[in-house]
Amino acid sequence: MNIHEYQAKQLLKGFGAPVAEGVPVFKANEAEAAAKALPGPLYVVKSQIHAGGRGKGKFKELPADAKGGVRLAKSIEDVVANVNEMLGSILVTKQTGAAGKQVNRLYIEDGADIDRELYLSLLVDRSVGRVAFVVSTEGGMDIEAVAEATPEKIITVAIDPEQGVTADDVKKLNAALKLDGDAASDGEKLFPLLYRAFVEKDMSLLEVNPLIVMKNGRLRVLDAKVSFDNNALFRHPDVIELRDTTEEDEKEIEASKYDLAYVALDGNIGCMVNGAGLAMATMDIIKLYGAEPANFLDVGGGASKEKVTAAFKIITKDPAVKGILVNIFGGIMKCDVIAEGVVAAVKEVGLQVPLVVRLEGTNVELGKKIIRESGLNVTSADDLDDAAQKIVKAVKGN
Amino acid sequence: MSILINKDTKVLVQGLTGKTGTFHTEQALAYHGTKMVGGIHPKKGGETWAGSKGENLPIFASVAEGKERTDANASVVYVPPAGAAAAIIEAIEAEIPLIVCITEGIPVMDMVKVKARLDKSKSRLVGPNCPGIVTPDECKIGIMPGNIFRKGSVGVVSRSGTLTYEAVFQTTNAGLGQTTAVGIGGDPVKGTEFIDMLEMFLADDETKSIIMIGEIGGSAEEDAAQFIMDEAKRGRRKPMAGFIAGRTAPAGRTMGHAGAVISGGKGGAEDKIAAMEAAGIRVSPSPARLGTTLLEAIKG
Repeated sequence: MNIHEYQAKQLLKGFGAPVAEGVPVFKANEAEAAAKALPGPLYVVKSQIHAGGRGKGKFKELPADAKGGVRLAKSIEDVVANVNEMLGSILVTKQTGAAGKQVNRLYIEDGADIDRELYLSLLVDRSVGRVAFVVSTEGGMDIEAVAEATPEKIITVAIDPEQGVTADDVKKLNAALKLDGDAASDGEKLFPLLYRAFVEKDMSLLEVNPLIVMKNGRLRVLDAKVSFDNNALFRHPDVIELRDTTEEDEKEIEASKYDLAYVALDGNIGCMVNGAGLAMATMDIIKLYGAEPANFLDVGGGASKEKVTAAFKIITKDPAVKGILVNIFGGIMKCDVIAEGVVAAVKEVGLQVPLVVRLEGTNVELGKKIIRESGLNVTSADDLDDAAQKIVKAVKGN
Repeated sequence: MSILINKDTKVLVQGLTGKTGTFHTEQALAYHGTKMVGGIHPKKGGETWAGSKGENLPIFASVAEGKERTDANASVVYVPPAGAAAAIIEAIEAEIPLIVCITEGIPVMDMVKVKARLDKSKSRLVGPNCPGIVTPDECKIGIMPGNIFRKGSVGVVSRSGTLTYEAVFQTTNAGLGQTTAVGIGGDPVKGTEFIDMLEMFLADDETKSIIMIGEIGGSAEEDAAQFIMDEAKRGRRKPMAGFIAGRTAPAGRTMGHAGAVISGGKGGAEDKIAAMEAAGIRVSPSPARLGTTLLEAIKG
């Protein structure tokens, strides 16, 4: 689960991180009061969407030479004018795709005098199974580009979970970021508190890009991106409160209600599969035979008839779907349960597109029998190759 | 021979009394009489578990007690996510040599703690978020369907549950059969990586060929490919086929498995496939051709 920058900063502030003063704005008429609450005379107006590249992004409604999704303002009037222009507009960045995202929230922040821009993030380094800091002196830009061009400028420090951030770790991080004086003593406080926030809140990513050294020599968290481990949300009701569903795909929200792993894609063959690996492999094989998958959907290991019905409805609701492939290798998941769910769903919502079903594993004969005797127009397939070829042919034939 | 488990493996069940634990324990008992020796429940120690076909197993209050009383050398964990890490740690503390965790959805921070304990212990953990291990006709730990296996010569190791079934089913249909199939699980932090299993399969005389199934996310497949390449230089090599799921997965999205995500430009399928092919592993473009691809690799 992702949250907005302003929420991330409020959260980190609670742990003692140095962030600028700021006020979130949801309606244009809140802009003046928000700006007045800040010291000035320099303000930053930042679009709050769950996508990066906001500064270089462009608003669809505005001329091409208009300013981007993060703007500097030098007076309260200037803040208000920018808020009026930005709020409700569609921002297109390299991470939003061509459709862009509507900006429904802005964050008005106190400006800062920047001396140096650094990069800092925390993540779980799976190669060692530990939380690690990833830092670089090359902040404020796309870290993937830095990794590509100058990998030696990215330094990773993994933290022993039984010790936490040690004095030695702090020393390494300060050295990697070339921090000294006040900035180094700020780092001494900042690194352990960010680690604590990451662990206590079960984050999966905490990215500060940039972390800045200000002209006065102090550190400040200038931008913050936080994602949480979905598997740990059950123990963080406060984090769940921060969820902004307007940032998510409607079908994905619906799927999450039924505990289905669903990811919307751009193709036209809907897939329903059990198991994440097989679900990805099913997408791959559709592509291999020359078509594109409309979605990733893992119904999970212990799906009920109701869950299968819900999954089927989500797939058929997508207008792009021109054919459906159901691919099940029953282990815990019994083929007859899948078959019953599919038949029930088709009877309820109808079937406007070709449907190919491949069943294998536990209770396969029973499952095939249910499909056969349902009287529905369903094509059976013997194996995955056969299934993929049949559905691709059916869709291309239309 | 097989790896990890055989007909003499004695298995305790953590989470036996739940619906999932009960169902799969019945299945395991029915599978060539896998030696399931007891269940663990802190409040039900001394009671008896009863399966739907009249099977009975003793319940112990702790893993340590269960091990002491039954001489168990393996444990399978079906405990729900919130308590699963504590269950694994209990098994580590009881010095159970092999712990297999089936549970999906354990917070990754819990696994970071487990991993730290594991590194200092004598236990091996397989999983979590995995289908378990099967040595055909001898022992079945976990949730894999027993009827697709056949005793034979292929070692199967996979990050995905249902793709493990595909590999097993296809090698059975190809007449090769399996020595052991191991699902190592789809989580980012886990007990056992490909390399550990490949080492065992290379060392096992009866394993004549290997199928390795990876997916997007992390760099375990690249590490494994490097290992295979290094071993080949030392003269240890076996025919291998592979598959990587997620060629068409978009970057930045988690594809069902918590560990299946391309992030920061890393963990994509093409890099993994290239590394595996460079190590002499035949990577099938289709998940439906794992068996035939392995047959080609064996023919050379």
